[in-house]
Amino acid sequence: MFHKVLVANRGAVAARVVRALRLLGVRSVAVYSEADATASYVAEADEAYAIGPAPARDSYLNQDRLLEVARQCGADALHPGYGFLSENANFARRVQAAGLVFIGPSPRWIEAMGEKTAARALMAQHGMPMAAGSGLLGTDPAEVTAAAARIGYPVLVKPAAGGGGIGMLAAADETALLAAVERSRAISSRSFSDAQVYLEKLVERPRHVEFQMLGDRHGQVRHLFERDCSVQRRHQKVIEEAPAPGLPRPRAAAMAAEATGILAQLGYDNIGTVEMLLGADGQFSFLEMNTRLQVEHAVTEMVTGIDLVASMIRVAAGEALDAVLPAEIAVNGHAIEARVYAEDPVRFLPSPGPLHRFRPPAESATLRVETGYREGMTVTPHYDPLLAKVIAHAPTRGAAIAALAQALDSFEVQGIRTNLAFIQRMLASDAFRAGDVHTGLATETKN
Amino acid sequence: MADTRIKSEISGNVWKILKAPGEAVAEEEPVMILESMKMEIPVMAPRDGVVASITVAEGDTVAEDQVVATLKG
Repeated sequence: MFHKVLVANRGAVAARVVRALRLLGVRSVAVYSEADATASYVAEADEAYAIGPAPARDSYLNQDRLLEVARQCGADALHPGYGFLSENANFARRVQAAGLVFIGPSPRWIEAMGEKTAARALMAQHGMPMAAGSGLLGTDPAEVTAAAARIGYPVLVKPAAGGGGIGMLAAADETALLAAVERSRAISSRSFSDAQVYLEKLVERPRHVEFQMLGDRHGQVRHLFERDCSVQRRHQKVIEEAPAPGLPRPRAAAMAAEATGILAQLGYDNIGTVEMLLGADGQFSFLEMNTRLQVEHAVTEMVTGIDLVASMIRVAAGEALDAVLPAEIAVNGHAIEARVYAEDPVRFLPSPGPLHRFRPPAESATLRVETGYREGMTVTPHYDPLLAKVIAHAPTRGAAIAALAQALDSFEVQGIRTNLAFIQRMLASDAFRAGDVHTGLATETKN
Repeated sequence: MADTRIKSEISGNVWKILKAPGEAVAEEEPVMILESMKMEIPVMAPRDGVVASITVAEGDTVAEDQVVATLKG
């Protein structure tokens, strides 16, 4: 096991990693920007180093400074948390070159999954279910409509060089298709200097269901079942739960086993999440793979009883998966997480500012609260809007929803706006309570 | 008629200024893009008009309700 680990992150995830290190008897080193000097995670670590001004590029993204602190404090490993440099293959390589272990998958996996079209091609080649799609479209309208007919309407026109949903247009028939292709090409050439587009089968009212994977450095991969993270705004998750409501257990287990088999073939060697869309027709299609710890890992920890953060550290230290995980992993009850964001609950606009009052609900065996903030701190515009994660675990989904709603009701925040009212509306909505979730639900429910 | 003041809806930083004084803008056209909490928030022109002034610079910190630009009256 490691002697000392540098936690190259801030906030709730830094606190979470520090806690796992303490459990493992490993010394923890926190880093902080000028904005985070009084944050709780800094006090909880065994050592802490200032790394620069508040803007992330001057602190949490400053690779040279992080490596300098790593040398200075004598750490033998680095945990990147999530966000910031956690999926930066070049940084992972620099950490290794400096003689430290990067706690995460090998840089080649970060790279392979980072480029989304290449990742899809690699996964498809190994048998991962994919939404039907076309190659790059030519300019002949007959060729375009033939490609759509092969896939079946409705289809989605996507810019090949695109990102962030820009220029993505749905089409339900031939007329709409030709107009959408023309418009998507125009948007794409303006935004990405590339007019190439392709088609994909449109998944209507999709659910976001993802599978938690863990591999070791000895060729073994296992899964810890799934999470449903369909409640999203601006493509960012707000409520996550395990297990996925209404998904037949044999179907979930079969998809999880399939993903595990593919990652084992590839030789995946640490924590990762296979994100998929689940269509109303019950078909899964691959979205992307995240090569890091997820924000929502806690719901999996609560239903499986497995400490994912400690597990990823142990496999990074070279332990075999057999030694780290129990022989049988079962799903026990239901867990739901809410991400409390510093933002307007109606328009979802950021709301940084001072935390005049910040009183999260009390933790218990069935209620977890993870935050990097405390009363009196200021939430700066420099980082993501996550204030706290509140996770409730109960024997049934209904009881977990009730426990989460009750906990959030006692969460007091003054000085900034939060999305607490939005989360409560969501938890109380008929669609959510019925488990009738899809990625458009948050937008439908926001008013 | 007085100039129309365009205010920031959020606290954040000025990421990109898209229009200069004297340039014409259409209603709902972005004048600048602010950045806050890893989100890019455009500041839109409330009506058709001509930019009279840009009162912030790229990299500046802005507060909620701060005037960031004006349109000629």
